Amino acid sequence: MTTQSNATTSRPGGATAPEAGPTSTGSKATRALGILALAAVALLVLLGLWWTPADVIQNESVRILYVHVPAATLAYLGCFLTSLGSLMYLWKKSRWWELVGYAAAEIAAIFTAVTLVTGMLWGRPTWGVFWVWDARLTSTAMLMLLLLGYLAVRRLPADYHVRAQRASIIGLLLVPNVIIVRQSVQWWRTLHQEASLFADGPGATIEGIMLFTLVFGFVTFQLIFAWLLVHRFRLAWLEEQVAGQGLTAAIAERRAEGRSASGAAPAPIAPPPAVPSELVHRASTTGPEVAS
Amino acid sequence: MWHDAMLVAGKDLRLEVRSRVALNQIVPFALLVLVLFAFALDPDRGLLERATPGLYWVAVLFSGLLALQRAFTVEAADGNRDALRLSGLDPAGIFLGKAMAVGVQLLVLEVLLGIGVAVLYTTQFAGWPLLLATVGVATVGIAAAGTLYGVLAAGLRVRETLLPLLLLPVLAPVLIGSTRAFEAALAGAPAEGWPWVGLLAVFAVLYILAGVLGFGPLLEES
Amino acid sequence: MTSMWVYVIAAWVLVLGGLGGYALSVVSRGKRLSRQVPSEDRRWS
Repeated sequence: MTTQSNATTSRPGGATAPEAGPTSTGSKATRALGILALAAVALLVLLGLWWTPADVIQNESVRILYVHVPAATLAYLGCFLTSLGSLMYLWKKSRWWELVGYAAAEIAAIFTAVTLVTGMLWGRPTWGVFWVWDARLTSTAMLMLLLLGYLAVRRLPADYHVRAQRASIIGLLLVPNVIIVRQSVQWWRTLHQEASLFADGPGATIEGIMLFTLVFGFVTFQLIFAWLLVHRFRLAWLEEQVAGQGLTAAIAERRAEGRSASGAAPAPIAPPPAVPSELVHRASTTGPEVAS
Repeated sequence: MWHDAMLVAGKDLRLEVRSRVALNQIVPFALLVLVLFAFALDPDRGLLERATPGLYWVAVLFSGLLALQRAFTVEAADGNRDALRLSGLDPAGIFLGKAMAVGVQLLVLEVLLGIGVAVLYTTQFAGWPLLLATVGVATVGIAAAGTLYGVLAAGLRVRETLLPLLLLPVLAPVLIGSTRAFEAALAGAPAEGWPWVGLLAVFAVLYILAGVLGFGPLLEES
Repeated sequence: MTSMWVYVIAAWVLVLGGLGGYALSVVSRGKRLSRQVPSEDRRWS
């Protein structure tokens, strides 16, 4: 039962943070959500590790599925939100949706990593190896790589519009890519060996308290997902504000420099053309953005 | 749109004919990859023969990646991107043109690699209709997706490292599909290969559509 | 059966620890950045 202590020690960060006052990404609503999520996690730990019996076939390893399956589902939900947010940005130029998409992509990457790790830890006692070229495992790994590509572009050191525009095209193609990759991997595997061991779904044969625990796992992970999404969205918003501020300050500095240089003796450097074209470009695209 | 596409494709291919970068550097690289595979997999144990379809397509992907990098380095110099934007050409046309030029280069590469595989790995080609159909749709898919992701990475300082990360996971279905189709063709069971050609065709259509619709905003905004 | 418990515990520890650690990092980055942003730009607080 070391997990319980871990659960309770790692959680307070999430719960105490909103109490820290106005300078945080927390608010009353997220505090309530956070407390709810924490309570759900505590209950899920009790249910999953203690109150539920071991499975007849899978034995104790079934307990991993109570966190594995919800994490996988929410990873896909995150991808869907990323595509939706990207679509709304490309279509309506909605900055709000773009940030939702970015936040969802990062959380989806975390949940995908959780899915992969728990999948491997489930596979070791079940199949005897950490990794098999199972259709689901493989397509989840590809999903992770696709998400990392999106995040790499979204985090480029460039002007907001450049990042958002390019990342949104990748984000929009995320769901079609996931579908095509899943389809191809599934055909690839089913042609060469019998259907995967997961074939009829891990949740297909369970009932009673075990089914309840799995459903409760979904609820818990949805609460965690919602809490993370709100906080990550606000953090993304703050990041863009701060980046904008830094840029305005830098532009003001350059202007002051240029003025003092031209006011003094004939300067050896010609200020305006010497500025790299990239900087001029950034300034021209962010100017109105910062002012609004 | 088609007129603009022809103009852009013609420009890129003329550039290639004059500079011969693909011919003098990318083709030798592709052949080098084939030799390296032979070093890695012992040619005497039949491993190489069994893995030929997969090795062929991996070689196509890696050398195709180089061709794509080249197609966008050409545009990065001397503010060419701005020039393209100001040229008044239809963005969809620019996309199709660049994709066509890449596709033509890929086709040449694929033919040469095919000869290389036949000679070096002593592959007996069979099932020609399926082989040709696979090469056709896979090339269109790789060229369309590669051009779209190429322009996404273009103009960034990190483009050389970013493009493989973005493109290779996306091209994974193409690699799976074309490899399986080739295997089916070489094994003399083309019926198993045709569904894969269908998947490759869906992929190609999706990326042509995405490119035609998405290229305009991408050129404008950055 | 003890061997299976090792995997189960490891999985739960990694899941809760990973999500908790990520939550902590988001919150702490949020705290640091919100000091630099005027409160009228933080409409939630």
